[in-house]
Amino acid sequence: MTKPQIAQPDNQSDNQSEKQTELLGQTQIEFRHVTKSYGENLVLDNINCEVKRGEFITMVGTSGCGKSTFLNMLLGTVAHTKGDILLEGNPIVAEPSPERGIVFQKYSVFPHLSVRENVAISKEFEASPILGRLFGEKRQHALEEADEWLNAVGLLAAKDKYPHELSGGMQQRLAIAQALIKHPKVLLLDEPFGALDPGIRKDMHKLVLALWQKYQLTIFMVTHDLNEGFYLGTRLWVFDKTRHDPHAPHRYGSTITFDLPIGKTDEASFQQIEQSLEASRLSA
Amino acid sequence: MKRWINKTPSKTLAFVLGVIPFILVMALYQWGSDLRKAENPNDKLLPSVSQFYSAIDRLAFTPSKRTGEYLFWKDTLSSLKRLLMGVACAAAIALILGLITGAIPLVAANFNPIITTISLIPPMAVLPLLFIVFGLGELSKVMLIIVGITPFLIRDLYQKTKEIPQEQLVKAQTLGANSVQLINRVLLPQVLPRLLDALRLSLGTAWLFLIAAEAIAATEGLGYRIFLVRRYLSMDIILPYVIWITFLAFLLDWLLVHASKKAFPWYHSAK
Repeated sequence: MTKPQIAQPDNQSDNQSEKQTELLGQTQIEFRHVTKSYGENLVLDNINCEVKRGEFITMVGTSGCGKSTFLNMLLGTVAHTKGDILLEGNPIVAEPSPERGIVFQKYSVFPHLSVRENVAISKEFEASPILGRLFGEKRQHALEEADEWLNAVGLLAAKDKYPHELSGGMQQRLAIAQALIKHPKVLLLDEPFGALDPGIRKDMHKLVLALWQKYQLTIFMVTHDLNEGFYLGTRLWVFDKTRHDPHAPHRYGSTITFDLPIGKTDEASFQQIEQSLEASRLSA
Repeated sequence: MKRWINKTPSKTLAFVLGVIPFILVMALYQWGSDLRKAENPNDKLLPSVSQFYSAIDRLAFTPSKRTGEYLFWKDTLSSLKRLLMGVACAAAIALILGLITGAIPLVAANFNPIITTISLIPPMAVLPLLFIVFGLGELSKVMLIIVGITPFLIRDLYQKTKEIPQEQLVKAQTLGANSVQLINRVLLPQVLPRLLDALRLSLGTAWLFLIAAEAIAATEGLGYRIFLVRRYLSMDIILPYVIWITFLAFLLDWLLVHASKKAFPWYHSAK
């Protein structure tokens, strides 16, 4: 079954509108003909995209559409099969590095360290190459710097607690503070609020938008929730298969079927994307 | 009426229910002992409580006629020394090997096959070899405990290291950690409480090998004494010794649990 090809935004007019809104944004990340397959199973097919500094990309799609694979390729935990991924013009390092911060849905924080220590640990990694541990005055400095970031995410009051004493939302705040203290070039969020209650999720949205503006971050965020994608992103990507062979479901991979700049996030496009997601859910 | 699977005992009831089997066993023993004594007052198989008292008094609170030592305490001390030395060495070896094989796949590929092979050797089968290589002294007994429990500990810690969520390792790398730092700050502290768990499981096995080694070649020790007095059918000594060993095993287990709770509160409250 071939699904109706969804119109991609016209490249030329898109470029113009982007130039006006992000005159200062330089290209930070480029995907050139990137393909990912596991043996016969083609997951992502010929991804081409450019992302500028300061963009907030939200990625949606049905499960198994490859959006997490895309994020993991950026993170360096999954190697791409073909093509080039460039970060500021250089091929991306194929293992996690401080250039790319990450917040997972779960297990992002260290259970054996207090909240402060969780944030200060990257300072200790920086200054103590073997033990990864600082003592005395140096440790105090690292902890004080950690406190500043805890303040930025609204977690200063809980600085001496351990992660198991924190709620889910507070743990995610901690994971964000951990990532930000390293000043990463890109911040990757893998369904960070998927396990949180709706009220708390709203607070986290506010926090992420505030941090994004204040620190001019480039953010990639995978989400299940289309509303969340529309609300948070400056650009919304939809991952889906454009062709589908019912007899060989693995033959065709996903690609980015929608690439919507924030200006175009109107009710009509929301409906259109929701319908296409529904259709691909049914066909899967 | 509630189903049986939904009925839970109150604290008092649970205590009473738990104590009943102990009382039954003691009553059964007393009954059997009385029965045999009525038939033959010199029966040695099921001694009376007063005979236990005099045996304990003789061994624990009266100096030995031959050497002037308190045999019971001397046995306890030398057995505990062997046990703790063996367990401590095994724990140290297992911590290092388990952690490194769990953290570094290249080392795991290098060591895991031989560790698996060694763990399949029945330790008692190499006991003669240990006696030949390390002599009949203390070393060979400690070595038997080490040989007996280290492979299990290594494999368990390897598994436990592997079970630490991958997300944490990725996170640590994005925070700039190199391999050594990652082992030192992320894996090691989280594996330590799991090592204590594994030690609790292996203590029973450690006692087994200790008593086996003492039974075969020793001049003192709890296991040595039991096997020595077996020749005279001295149940009045053997049974108190067995109860004492059981108590020591319980005590060590209790100490490990509490040390772990004290040292790693985050581990116990997160579970």
